[in-house]
Amino acid sequence: MRVTRPYLPRPVTILIGRTARTLTKWRGGSGSAFPGLVVERLNPGFLAGVLAQLPRGVVVVSGTNGKTTTTKMVVELLRGQGLKVFTNRSGSNFTRGVVASLLGEISPTGKLDADIAVLELDEAHAVHFVRAVNPRYSLLLNVMRDQLDRFGEIDTTAGMLRIIAEHTTGGVVLNREDARVAKIAESLDQQQVRYFGLAPALRKHFPSDDDLHSASDVPDGTQSSIASEDPEQARLSAQLNRFSAGGETPPRSVPGDPPADVVLTDFGIQRGTFRIGTEEVTTELKVNGAYNIYNAAAALALVRQVLGGEIDREALLMSLSQAAPAFGRGESLTVAGQPVDLVLVKNPAGFRLGLSSFPAQGVATMIAINDNYADGRDMSWLWDVSFESLAEQGVAMVSGVRAHDMALRLSYDGVSIAALEPQLVVALDEFLAAHPDTPKRIFCTYTAMLALRKHLGSYTEVEAFN
Amino acid sequence: MSESVPAAEEPRSVPDVTHPRGVQGPGPSPQKSTGRQIRVLQLYPRDMNIYGDYGNALVLKRRLQWYGYDPVMLTYDPGDEFPEAPDILIGGGGQDSGQDRIQQDLLDIGQRLHTLADQDIPMLMICGLYQLFGHFFETREGSRISGIGILDAETYGTDSRLIGNVVAESSEFGRIIGYENHSGQTYLGVQVTPLARVTTGEGNNQKDEHEGARYRNVLGSYLHGALLPKNPAVADFLIGTAVEQRFAEKLPELSAPSSAPLSLNALTDQARRTAASRPR
Repeated sequence: MRVTRPYLPRPVTILIGRTARTLTKWRGGSGSAFPGLVVERLNPGFLAGVLAQLPRGVVVVSGTNGKTTTTKMVVELLRGQGLKVFTNRSGSNFTRGVVASLLGEISPTGKLDADIAVLELDEAHAVHFVRAVNPRYSLLLNVMRDQLDRFGEIDTTAGMLRIIAEHTTGGVVLNREDARVAKIAESLDQQQVRYFGLAPALRKHFPSDDDLHSASDVPDGTQSSIASEDPEQARLSAQLNRFSAGGETPPRSVPGDPPADVVLTDFGIQRGTFRIGTEEVTTELKVNGAYNIYNAAAALALVRQVLGGEIDREALLMSLSQAAPAFGRGESLTVAGQPVDLVLVKNPAGFRLGLSSFPAQGVATMIAINDNYADGRDMSWLWDVSFESLAEQGVAMVSGVRAHDMALRLSYDGVSIAALEPQLVVALDEFLAAHPDTPKRIFCTYTAMLALRKHLGSYTEVEAFN
Repeated sequence: MSESVPAAEEPRSVPDVTHPRGVQGPGPSPQKSTGRQIRVLQLYPRDMNIYGDYGNALVLKRRLQWYGYDPVMLTYDPGDEFPEAPDILIGGGGQDSGQDRIQQDLLDIGQRLHTLADQDIPMLMICGLYQLFGHFFETREGSRISGIGILDAETYGTDSRLIGNVVAESSEFGRIIGYENHSGQTYLGVQVTPLARVTTGEGNNQKDEHEGARYRNVLGSYLHGALLPKNPAVADFLIGTAVEQRFAEKLPELSAPSSAPLSLNALTDQARRTAASRPR
């Protein structure tokens, strides 16, 4: 869009934008899209102008899965190094959301008191963003089938990430284990490219969508070949192996296997071992689940690239062990003395990993599936997840707009369902009441999570979600 | 190609080892068999199996078991030996890259598929394979990708992607519920009949109200969802036709295990009703 009218001076833009933000919040809105729109219209160069002041520039985190938790970890690692970090915390991972976050933090004259900005951007919006503001660093996590109804195809999504990388001026950190992401390196020549990766023995825990495709030629029943000292690990392996090519290592993504700066070499329950450069470090973690722990490797690689040689190692490891998951991403609340884990699920790979990262034994399970725009309208993805790991325990409650779709899916997998209630609030009350003495776990889509979290606030302290 | 015979029907809640891609039995050792096998062949599950199309294979497998038959789940990927005597063929959609990988192989087995189609073998081809079961797919640049022409249909690439919930009415199968996501638009010739008439969404193209196509017992459709879980009438058409041809008998009553507060039929009805009421 061509804007012919002269831009408003920045302080005026800020004043108007803030007014819009206040008005939106009064009306009960999230306070991000509308003020962002106002500011963009009044002063299209606003975002680039404000962010250009930052001495260490802008870092963009994108990919289909794990952006929020990874961004949060990057921010906490950088803050642990004494940097002032600006980030778009409200989960508004699009340009207007960033603008709205900025409005909350800048001075009336447009000064942003920060050393660096770390922004989580939805891949489609990031493409627009990086054309307006070139990031100095970018971290590209993965491309999984995620709301393809919005973007079309998985290869299209990979193309978006490549555009982000190409517009990055300094360094790009890529997931070595995701073939589509690793391949982005081929189209980069100016940027310094680094990788985060998995030790070969762990790769089977992280099947890509392509591995799942190719898995069909292999009969089941080969998983018993996996032996492990740790029964939990063995169970996890067995479960995950069903999804990988018969227990073999998934096809390697990068020819020649480039060395990764940070490698996840082992993990357990809230524990990870990382090879950082040449050093191997095992640390306790607050984040849980295989994916989140791998995201910690991604965050470490990025922070190492941003800071270069000036890292305070002790502070880095301290921050790493303290970094808490973003809301809903493996978040654990306590209701009446029992843990209630919220696990956000939004695509087949995430759901599969959610199921396999958290054992079903001894836990009451609820699944809540909505199909609002932010969840993705297409329910097809539920058929790309195997729910057999829940068969032994059954599912205590199925809820959400698409509760019946979910129940149908479970029925075809032979998973029994104790109760079904599409209304989330009613379902949550019943679920909590029916299992007072058991740890509980709720797998939920994004908007279902927002609603459940809000209602959980009437039972327990729930961290405010701005 | 791989083949295995799943366990014979057992009562409810048997943990199943079905694979989310390519429906497999529990292991390489042959299971006891009632001798009433129905062979279900998935075409190109490795490259053409997106948006939950696996659900179609799972529904066929389960319903065959619940009707008292032994499903034998087969797969065929490029270069495999083509399985003998399949009773039902299904295929799904893929990305452009997947279509590129299977296209030549599909042409190579085209004559075999024609023969099966003319023997009235039931088939269900979704999205990408639906297009390639037609005469050709013409890209936006004007180059033509040959299909095998079992379905008298032509597909043209467009700039607009048709995405969203679909409701369509079929005289044979009643209301058909699904989700479309395609940029190719398909036009039917006189040798096929439309599968259904769209009431919500676009279906084959933006010009006419047709969704899908049928030639003998070969069904083509754009609908994911997966299609069969929420459209058991179509699943039972495939199964019933196969059973009739293989054993010259009608389908008995479905004895689905009851493992939820609602019966399978009630769950299906509710899921259909919800889907039909949701925004595009």
